[in-house]
Amino acid sequence: MADTASATVRSAITTVGVADPTKRDMLKLVTGSAVAIGVGALAWPLVDSMNPAKDVLALSSIEVDLAPIQEGQAITAVWRGKPIFLRNRTAQEVKEAEGTPLNQLIDPQSDADRVKPGKEKWLVVIGICTHLGCVPLGNKTSDPRGDFGGWFCPCHGSQYDTSGRVRHGPAPANLGLPPYAFIGDTKIKIG
Amino acid sequence: MAGLHKSEFENPVVNWIDTRMPIFTMMQKEYGSFPTPKNFNYFWNFGALAMISLAIMIATGVFLAMNYTAHTTLAFDSVERIMRDVNYGWLLRYVHANGASMFFIVVYIHIFRAMYYGSYKAPRELLFMLGVVIFLMMMATAFMGYVLPWGQMSYWGATVITNLFSAIPVVGESIVTWLWGGFSVDNPTLNRFYSLHYLMPFMITGVVFLHIVALHITGSNNPLGIDVKSPQDTLPFHPYYTAKDSIGICVYLLVFACIVFFAPNWLNHPDNSIPANPLVTPAHIVPEWYFLPFYAILRSVPNKLGGVILMFSSIAVLFFLPWLDTSPVRSSRFRPIYKQLILVMVASFLVLGYVGGKPPEGIYVVLGRVATAYWFLHFLVLLPILGKLEKPLPLPESISRPVVRRPPPGGGGGPLPQGATAKPMEKS
Ligand code: HEM
Ligand code: FES
Repeated sequence: MADTASATVRSAITTVGVADPTKRDMLKLVTGSAVAIGVGALAWPLVDSMNPAKDVLALSSIEVDLAPIQEGQAITAVWRGKPIFLRNRTAQEVKEAEGTPLNQLIDPQSDADRVKPGKEKWLVVIGICTHLGCVPLGNKTSDPRGDFGGWFCPCHGSQYDTSGRVRHGPAPANLGLPPYAFIGDTKIKIG
Repeated sequence: MAGLHKSEFENPVVNWIDTRMPIFTMMQKEYGSFPTPKNFNYFWNFGALAMISLAIMIATGVFLAMNYTAHTTLAFDSVERIMRDVNYGWLLRYVHANGASMFFIVVYIHIFRAMYYGSYKAPRELLFMLGVVIFLMMMATAFMGYVLPWGQMSYWGATVITNLFSAIPVVGESIVTWLWGGFSVDNPTLNRFYSLHYLMPFMITGVVFLHIVALHITGSNNPLGIDVKSPQDTLPFHPYYTAKDSIGICVYLLVFACIVFFAPNWLNHPDNSIPANPLVTPAHIVPEWYFLPFYAILRSVPNKLGGVILMFSSIAVLFFLPWLDTSPVRSSRFRPIYKQLILVMVASFLVLGYVGGKPPEGIYVVLGRVATAYWFLHFLVLLPILGKLEKPLPLPESISRPVVRRPPPGGGGGPLPQGATAKPMEKS
């Protein structure tokens, strides 16, 4: 009895060790993957803790009164820690922005897609250069505005037009558009 | 008894510890009697200097941390308080801020040494690659440290550098938001940078340990770049190189002290004495001097993603250097052409450093592009070809006989007396 038992054990060992190596490989693979999934699942909370927290996400909307902005001037508001440019464009500037053929643009987008219908003179863009994040100059009429009358980035020389579209690199894209809506004739809500 | 170490130390306390945990034996072996090539020049001081620099940074950093506050509303003022009110706070900060510069200059020379004398070649490839890892970690640490005082340069440097990752297609923006912990560089960013700035020097210490482990397996290279052939070619590390390193350390500390006491703000940017303002970018954003060459490479490409890729590749290429250089001869002394090219390479690096500090316009753009092109040409094209074309000078027989024996003009004896060729004497 005892003899047969130990013989069975011995033959089982031989089976695992020699006759059926794929079984051991399989076990290693399953164990290994379980460990990998477990470690991954444990690492995710660490990684995700670095994403914006709920209070940061909550700081999401502001209201701005546009009335004090003179024609040709722009002001800066702060939304989610980012500067937002609010510009009261002159008729001439609006015409230039609308008249630019799309094939001359680095990041083609029509002016109509960048403003609210009926409110063409108000341009609202995120005041962060799409190259490496500097704040372009041009809100004051005395600032350098580049060759296209919009904004000029002092960091690496990108230029934007009166629609906030990039016209001269290295920036690859137009100034971003924050989500906003008019809540009065000269009042907007951003976010 | 099984497992216990048979210690040879006479001091009973040392012996007792060493028997149970042979660290004294290990130190004696690795830093006492460690056989070291006897022909080191002063370039071989820079490893020890880098270690000292790291120690100084950690020591001053830990004490600065006791008075520093990582919050956007308090950070700038807490650093001003360190400067004005904390006893010797000005000294801690000036040593720490200039220490970073000293650390980089030392490491740059250390890397140049490796390149000039071919220390990256077999069997020291891994040793060299660990060195490049340390260099990358130092850059990350210094970058995050520079953000902590929360001045204008801190803020805008952090903005520009983290934005580099937005160049990555598709996931770039999410990565940047993740790095920031928000939608711009802000308090969450400052907090994590502080945490990582504290952590990374200790990780660097770990990699330095591996660097030394690898070094003590392969043994040091030397100015001739030939292998140690006999005990006659070496000296015990102590007292010979402990003494030589001490001289280097004195000179290093002298230079360091001159900067700290007479020109502490020489390498600082005045803009960083203005508190961070997220709405106004300073007219000229310039990184710390030790990043300038890489910043110049970034700006030499008019395309965002292209610039970022080129900048990272300019360092990544160093990881492949052991295989890009196909010449079996290590030391430049015996490589007449490489010896010239490496100077051109250094020149291109210096030009890049100069250009990186200038506005990206006119002649600077051209210079930057030429120097960038040479950097890649040097590593990716010239080095692989040169190993095949260049005819190296004859290598000396051994470190003890550095002079190459020429066939004597009219036959007869060699230039060295008989004794010199006798079998190596036993070393005690
Ligand atoms: C590899 C080693 C290190 C490097 C290269 C480094 C680099 C830097 C740099 C460049 C700064 C900015 C200095 C300035 O302009 O004011 C800084 C600041 C700081 N570092 Fe480090 N650091 C290192 C290690 C450490 C360690 C280990 C700690 C803490 C344990 C530390 C704590 C601090 C603190 C609290 C500040 C802010 C105070 C200040 O700006 O002077 N550092 N570090
Ligand atoms: S950040 Fe504006 S051009 Fe680079």
